[in-house]
Amino acid sequence: MIQEFKKVWKPYTIGMLWLLGLLWPLLGIHPDGTLTFQKTITVWSYLLAGSFVCLMIYVLKGTDSLKFIADPISRVAGNIKTTSIALPTWIWLGAGLIVALIYPQFAGRYGTDVAISVLLYICLGLGLNVVVGLAGMLDLGYIAFYGVGAYTYAILNTTYGLGFWVCLPLSGFFACIAGCIVGYPTLRMRGDYLAIVTLGFGEIIRIILNNWMELTNGPNGILGVKPIGIFLPVFENGFTFEHFWMKKLQLFYYFALGLAIVAALCVHRLNFSRVGRAWESIREDETAAELMGVNTFIYKLLAYAMGAIFAGLAGAFFAARMRFVSPESFTFLESAMVLCMVVLGGMGSIPGIILGVAALIALPEIFREFESYRMLIFGATMVIMMLFRPAGLIPAKRVGTRSEEKEG
Amino acid sequence: MEYFIQQLINGITLGGMYALIALGYTMVYGVIQLINFAHGEFFAAGGYVGAIALGYFAGIGYMETHPIICLTASFAMAMAYCAYLAVGVEKIAYKPLRKESRLAALLSALGMSIFLSNGLMLTQGVYDAVYPSELFQGRFDFGMVTISYLQIMIVSLTAFLLVGLNLLVFKTKVGMAMRATAQDKTMSALVAIGSNRIISLTFAIGAGLACAAGIMYGLYYGSVRYDMGFVPGIKAFAAAVLGGIGNITGAMLGGLIIGMVEIFGAGYLSSEYKDVFAFIILIAVLYFKPNGIMGENIDDTRV
Amino acid sequence: MSIQPMLELKNVHSGYGSIKALKGISLKVMPGEIVAIIGANGAGKSTTLMTICGIVKVEKGEVLYRGKVINKVPPEKLPTMGLCQVPEGRRIFPRLTVMENLRLGAFYRDDTNQIMKDIQHSYEMFPILGERKSQKGGTLSGGEQQMLAIARALMTKPKVLLLDEPSLGLAPIIVQQIFDIIAQINKEEGTTILLVEQNANLALQAASRGYVVETGEITLEDEAPSLLANPKIREAYLGE
Repeated sequence: MIQEFKKVWKPYTIGMLWLLGLLWPLLGIHPDGTLTFQKTITVWSYLLAGSFVCLMIYVLKGTDSLKFIADPISRVAGNIKTTSIALPTWIWLGAGLIVALIYPQFAGRYGTDVAISVLLYICLGLGLNVVVGLAGMLDLGYIAFYGVGAYTYAILNTTYGLGFWVCLPLSGFFACIAGCIVGYPTLRMRGDYLAIVTLGFGEIIRIILNNWMELTNGPNGILGVKPIGIFLPVFENGFTFEHFWMKKLQLFYYFALGLAIVAALCVHRLNFSRVGRAWESIREDETAAELMGVNTFIYKLLAYAMGAIFAGLAGAFFAARMRFVSPESFTFLESAMVLCMVVLGGMGSIPGIILGVAALIALPEIFREFESYRMLIFGATMVIMMLFRPAGLIPAKRVGTRSEEKEG
Repeated sequence: MEYFIQQLINGITLGGMYALIALGYTMVYGVIQLINFAHGEFFAAGGYVGAIALGYFAGIGYMETHPIICLTASFAMAMAYCAYLAVGVEKIAYKPLRKESRLAALLSALGMSIFLSNGLMLTQGVYDAVYPSELFQGRFDFGMVTISYLQIMIVSLTAFLLVGLNLLVFKTKVGMAMRATAQDKTMSALVAIGSNRIISLTFAIGAGLACAAGIMYGLYYGSVRYDMGFVPGIKAFAAAVLGGIGNITGAMLGGLIIGMVEIFGAGYLSSEYKDVFAFIILIAVLYFKPNGIMGENIDDTRV
Repeated sequence: MSIQPMLELKNVHSGYGSIKALKGISLKVMPGEIVAIIGANGAGKSTTLMTICGIVKVEKGEVLYRGKVINKVPPEKLPTMGLCQVPEGRRIFPRLTVMENLRLGAFYRDDTNQIMKDIQHSYEMFPILGERKSQKGGTLSGGEQQMLAIARALMTKPKVLLLDEPSLGLAPIIVQQIFDIIAQINKEEGTTILLVEQNANLALQAASRGYVVETGEITLEDEAPSLLANPKIREAYLGE
């Protein structure tokens, strides 16, 4: 253990001292001409303690001293793994579905609310996954498509009185158009440029939403959007359908669940289709894909369009549920968060995305007191994930097996 | 006509600031092919530390007696601080990822950017930090055209820094080493140039320049915010790309152009959409001439 | 009393991640020698030089320079110790001038006067560089770039010079010039030279000893004339 510790203590101490030097000018120099050290030392001690604990865990992990905790855990994990491989996937899916269906009965208002958010972000994550995880293009302006979808429904509903079900496909359609407009110029660009151009587009759309008063009412947003209207069978005097607005939270939940399931199914089928294979080849090596006859242009555009459609549909639902839209909900930070969910959970893998979304939406809800540190921890998590586990928590399995793996 | 000249002056002032920020982006991209998303935060941090330094000097009474010395000292201290910050950030978040995919480094940069801006918010408060406005009052008036003392100070300091950087990069041994590392890292090692040290130096210089721009911004607009790095950061990156990524002269030129376009656009076209102009230029350049006006200067041995 | 080898590899294994390139290479280069490494493409010749220079990490075994183990020495330190490589493909700095390229060769040195004298000496040795001294490196022809690369390496005042495929992509006349210069450097300065070449004929004519590398291992080691006469070598590498 001392050996492991020796390897890391130097960079650790240097890092901590560097941090101290970083904190003091911000916390210790005051405009009344005084120089204090108390606050700096206090904050620094907290950080020191926390990081030291992490360091110890890291060191102990390296030396197998934590075996007495790790072994039972890995044994349980191993058991879970063997049983999960033994049981066919559909049993797990069925169980998950049942849990999801009966969830609102147990969770309260608050829990259902959080769950709706989770499901919405799963939808967004799946859409972004098509662009980033399957086709390998980094899109930092993704949330703009969400905004386009939301505003489409909001505007059509308040101005022309069109109902939700009419607007839903329209939201998807307009988002798709936006996706193609954004996608088209970016298709020839290399990875890092692509990222910043999509960021630029996202910002352009947000600025337009914020400033085009006649269409979008600018920063005030659009109020009074009608929720989803459905016909439900009523068994009173005979069998008729009665129309009423979805006001009950549980109904929103089920709609969101349905949306998420449809999205997951779509992504899953796409992944294993010819289109998915084309995307994988583009992601791995675009030049080689071109040479093999893959029309990279069309497929990349298709990826953008599909991702945008998912976002658009989710956006329409968002507008219907919140009954209010404003440009504030569609900032770059939101895009970054969705990206983080996809990357954290594991790009290209559906269970990974679900885990990522749950981690980034549900966890902060649990640790409500640390609300102001949420973004800080979020940023740090991104960096740490990239340093230690760039493939994500549940990385995607490759489509098909390679010959070396088969022989092994 | 006079309106035009006024906008010209304003454009040069703003453009100079963008040029300073753009240099950091372009130099870092030149050596390690990374868009340092966190670079905008060096700009913001600079603004804050400048405010802190100036506030301190005001608090102990030096400002009234020796304003120039205090200002110079504040600049120097803040630039040193940002260089210190940048070198640390590089070692923590970027160096370990040099062999990984570009995506991993980009995401790490993104995470760092969010971490730093929120760190600033937590330590400095959500509200703006105000800059002392007594410093440069007074201006020259030529009819309808006004040149304030502040603008003169900003433009001269910017010119000084840009000339200094040019001298460093093109006339010194270290500068030659920086250019060599940007062109071929492996080969530089084979002629005894330590690429790690050059990379750290590049980060330090870039951050120092961005910091200076941040202080100028604070003096010019009166206050700084923790999230002020985001939009100017993207515009400065657009400037770097416009000039040719990795190309130092290009970044200076690109910054001036973007500044001018923004001021003239806001003045003659529309002021609500002024941010959009820079983004449109970015997209147009990358689509029509990705190499930029003056050509790229990066390590093309690493594909 | 035995003379210490300038450069020695003892059972060196190295590779790129999971790809194992060198599988136990052992070789020696004595002071003042020219030693050639020949072999097919991908056999591991360039990797050997990159491993010596620390750009590819040594996994097992030792690389010794003048008796000292240099496995862990960072690549940028080696030129200061007198070990310099002219890598494959010339790799001159394309957007720096000829003069700047040469100046960079002397990066670690502070003796400015001597550096200027050495640059002049380079122009004498390679007159074409003198003519093009303000031109950007990328505008030179292949042969000129190769000369620049060698001249630049000489600016580091090397005791051991590693050359990776100096003949690659060059016309025969130029190649002959280059090899004449290599022989000149060895004779006049006494620089020890380790030469990696696909052109086995030229390499073995210039060298005193040779090693044959096949898939990461040394399969044959002999005096150069014997290798030239060896029928197996003639068949495999000399095109007969």
